[in-house]
Amino acid sequence: MKARMKTWMGTTLVALGLSVGALAAQVPDRSRPPELGPTPALTLPPITRTVMPNGLTLIYMPKRGVPLVQVNVVVKAGQVHDPAHRPGLAAMTAAMLDEGAGSRDALTLADAVEFLGASLSAGGGAHETTVALHTPLAQLDPALELLADVVLRPRFDGAELERQRRQRLTSMAQWHDEARAIVQVAYNAALYGAGHPYGRMFAGTPASVGAMTVADLQRFHGTYFVPNNAAVIVVGDVALDEIRPRIERLFGAWTRGAVPAYQAPNPPRAARQVLLVDKPGAAQSEIQIGLVGVPRNTPDYYALVVMNTMLGGSFSSRLNQKLREEKQYTYGARSSFAFGLLPGPFTASASVQTAVTDSALVEFLRELNDIRQPVPDEELTRARNYVALRFPGGFQAVSQIAGQLENLYLFDLPGDYFNGYVQAVLAVTAADVQRVARQYVTPDRMAIVVVGDRSKVESGIRGLRLGGMTVKSILDVLGPVPVVGSE
Amino acid sequence: MMRRLLLTAVLLLIGGTAAAQDQLLDVPHTRFVLPNGLNVILHQDRATPMVSVNLWYNVGSGREKPGRTGFAHLFEHILFEGSANVPEGKFDEWLEAAGGNNNGSTNSDRTNYFEDVPSNALELALFLESDRMGHLLGAMSPDKVDGQRDVVKNERRQSYENRPYGMAFLTLDSAMYPASHPYSWPTIGSMEDLSAASFDDVVEFFRIYYAPNNASLSIAGDIDLAQARRMVEHWFSDVPAGKPVPPVAAAPAVLTAEKRMVLEDRVQLPRLHMCWLTPPVYTPGDAEMDVVAGVLTGGKNARLYKRLVYDLQIAQDVGAFQGSQALSSQFCIIATARAGHGLGELETVIQEELARLRSEPPTDREVARVVNQTEASFLSRLERIGSFGGKADQLNAYYWRTGNPDFFAEDLARYKALAPKDVSAAAATHLRDGARVVLSIVPNGKPELAAAKPSTD
Repeated sequence: MKARMKTWMGTTLVALGLSVGALAAQVPDRSRPPELGPTPALTLPPITRTVMPNGLTLIYMPKRGVPLVQVNVVVKAGQVHDPAHRPGLAAMTAAMLDEGAGSRDALTLADAVEFLGASLSAGGGAHETTVALHTPLAQLDPALELLADVVLRPRFDGAELERQRRQRLTSMAQWHDEARAIVQVAYNAALYGAGHPYGRMFAGTPASVGAMTVADLQRFHGTYFVPNNAAVIVVGDVALDEIRPRIERLFGAWTRGAVPAYQAPNPPRAARQVLLVDKPGAAQSEIQIGLVGVPRNTPDYYALVVMNTMLGGSFSSRLNQKLREEKQYTYGARSSFAFGLLPGPFTASASVQTAVTDSALVEFLRELNDIRQPVPDEELTRARNYVALRFPGGFQAVSQIAGQLENLYLFDLPGDYFNGYVQAVLAVTAADVQRVARQYVTPDRMAIVVVGDRSKVESGIRGLRLGGMTVKSILDVLGPVPVVGSE
Repeated sequence: MMRRLLLTAVLLLIGGTAAAQDQLLDVPHTRFVLPNGLNVILHQDRATPMVSVNLWYNVGSGREKPGRTGFAHLFEHILFEGSANVPEGKFDEWLEAAGGNNNGSTNSDRTNYFEDVPSNALELALFLESDRMGHLLGAMSPDKVDGQRDVVKNERRQSYENRPYGMAFLTLDSAMYPASHPYSWPTIGSMEDLSAASFDDVVEFFRIYYAPNNASLSIAGDIDLAQARRMVEHWFSDVPAGKPVPPVAAAPAVLTAEKRMVLEDRVQLPRLHMCWLTPPVYTPGDAEMDVVAGVLTGGKNARLYKRLVYDLQIAQDVGAFQGSQALSSQFCIIATARAGHGLGELETVIQEELARLRSEPPTDREVARVVNQTEASFLSRLERIGSFGGKADQLNAYYWRTGNPDFFAEDLARYKALAPKDVSAAAATHLRDGARVVLSIVPNGKPELAAAKPSTD
């Protein structure tokens, strides 16, 4: 009895001590970082996916809390659908959607949207155009009317097309100043060539932009903007049985259409090439190194994401640590796989101090080769965890979440994709990582593109003997500075 | 300035609404102060299983001295390079292994840091922050300072020297403020000053300013309030208080004349920058000037956008903003001319619109458009807890500037209270021709495209 009492008292005192004063009075044990508790689960509300009678897909997820709603209409109409003689048409069509719609001209439409406190924007990509509406819940009905007008009844007024034309041509002129724009254009063209949509500028060419007509826009819109080629994504503080009737009323009369079949080009063969674009006086060189990669539906998706995280997809990645922290050549270095509907590029890149351009190239190639060797366990675990465990952070804001849901539609991902994501990432093994590194990170077949001051960097790069080098001017890459007609 | 490749937090837009909406802008929190002076704010939000730990130090580039600029930002970099119990490189590695993101930023007024982590990693974030607050100096070395010095120089090249029009704000700031004023030098510092920074200079800066009594810790997300409090008390218990830090002392900056400057740059198109000094953040006049910016360039129908870009098409873009800061704000109008047009043409139109706005209130609709946009942006800000501009960051920002972390509703109320006549009165008071800086950046060899001083008539 006595012994048990003592033990009981002892236990209670210890328990009290830990919960009351002792924790605060103890000096914290800094000999190692604190243990993490069990990983919290992300429980997403159910995602509902239905198809309306006219073929329009509706994807919905509730997000309670802040009274906001995001409604995105995604249409499978993008750069790859540009007619051969009209590069940039998808981009121009997207830009023109909100320059007047329904009964409202451009100014009236803008005024209506802004007065609601909403934002309505249209933008495009390689394979899709997205019209995105972000609105307070209190303004949902009038905002939806405006969204429907923009998607279904853009006016494509001639005067607005003229304005957009001049805007675009002027932007294209400004690219001649911007090292980032120049390297992007040069790199894509180097990898894909002008015969492949990914090798061309999304905005088109000055000649094409100069020649676009209202009829072009109407034809593009009429062909591709049909409900069986589109989805409405809704995320927000609204119930499904509140939002669905509204979508049905606004988009129910949208009539189906036959969409031309898309003929994907063959992926180009990758081969080593070295291109220097002269930008006199540049304080830094823009470097992009890579080759044509894989499409989104690659079975190696998770392995590639994890492998890339180690190579150049995080602050602690090999490229960033080497080029920034160890060598101080740059403010940041990175790599990425662009997982498009067609194989997008794998790219390693950085903006480096002019004087160390050649040294930076040496380090890039060293890391691109080293990733093909077995990776240490700690590094692999860190990369897997970083990708898997930060996943919930992408689900805070309705606009973010809607962007995630768009991928379900565009890439035909399974309904349980998000719920299975974390497991799939954590299941990637060291063998998987090495296999995909060896298969897809092949430096000998990569293009190396540098935009920098030729007078300072050319001889150093030649000295590396990376392969036959071409030197171009900015005019060679972008064409002449477009002349913009005045009003 | 950022340690990482991220854009700075978006400038606030402006707006307003009804009483029911005000309740939405309540951000309930607990606040307490540790024995060592660290201010702590806790806010629970279980919407996502993550936590944001956000730390503001009341030190920005404004604390520097001419000849030693760039310190506060250089210091921000060094803070990530390890502390007594966190070997170099481990700060990021341990956080990533836990699924965490982190970054920091410096401006003239403050330095902030955040870690966004899954909710099971709160203690890790607190361990890391407390270790570098209380146990940094032992791990600091001249090598680390030298290394980050070079990274910062790269950052400067990328953000300034290697960007078209990149030198604009360095030039504007040194013209708008006297050489002794904290805002006259750039947060990134000059290349010469960065080279001159000695290890001892940097150590001294840390000792003075990186003290818990000069800092505020804000934690928002999936937390248990009592448990979070215990964790904070535990991990910061061995961080000693520093000496009191005096507030930044600066004579108020006043412009008494118009200054005109011209720079040439490797650009296709000329760009006009017109800037004034305006009331500091959250003081009378600040919200008004936000609305002035919205009336001038906040949308297709806004006065300057409509005339310059839409109707006349002599500008490629025009933007106005009220850059609110602690000691003094900066209101700027920036416009890029289209090919074949000079900045004098743009200035003529800008002058006409300013004269109109100074003398005549805008319409109710114009003001309502801006205020409604602002109100919507307040709602959007409540969606995120982490990163720059998320709730954890915002609680700290409000605390430092107003003493009240949950200032959201009061902040929005400033805009809702404005009548059109308040907007034009503010323009008349603060946007005077005789007290501003006008900077033209023109293509090399084309000084004639600059905005010349107009002849007086």
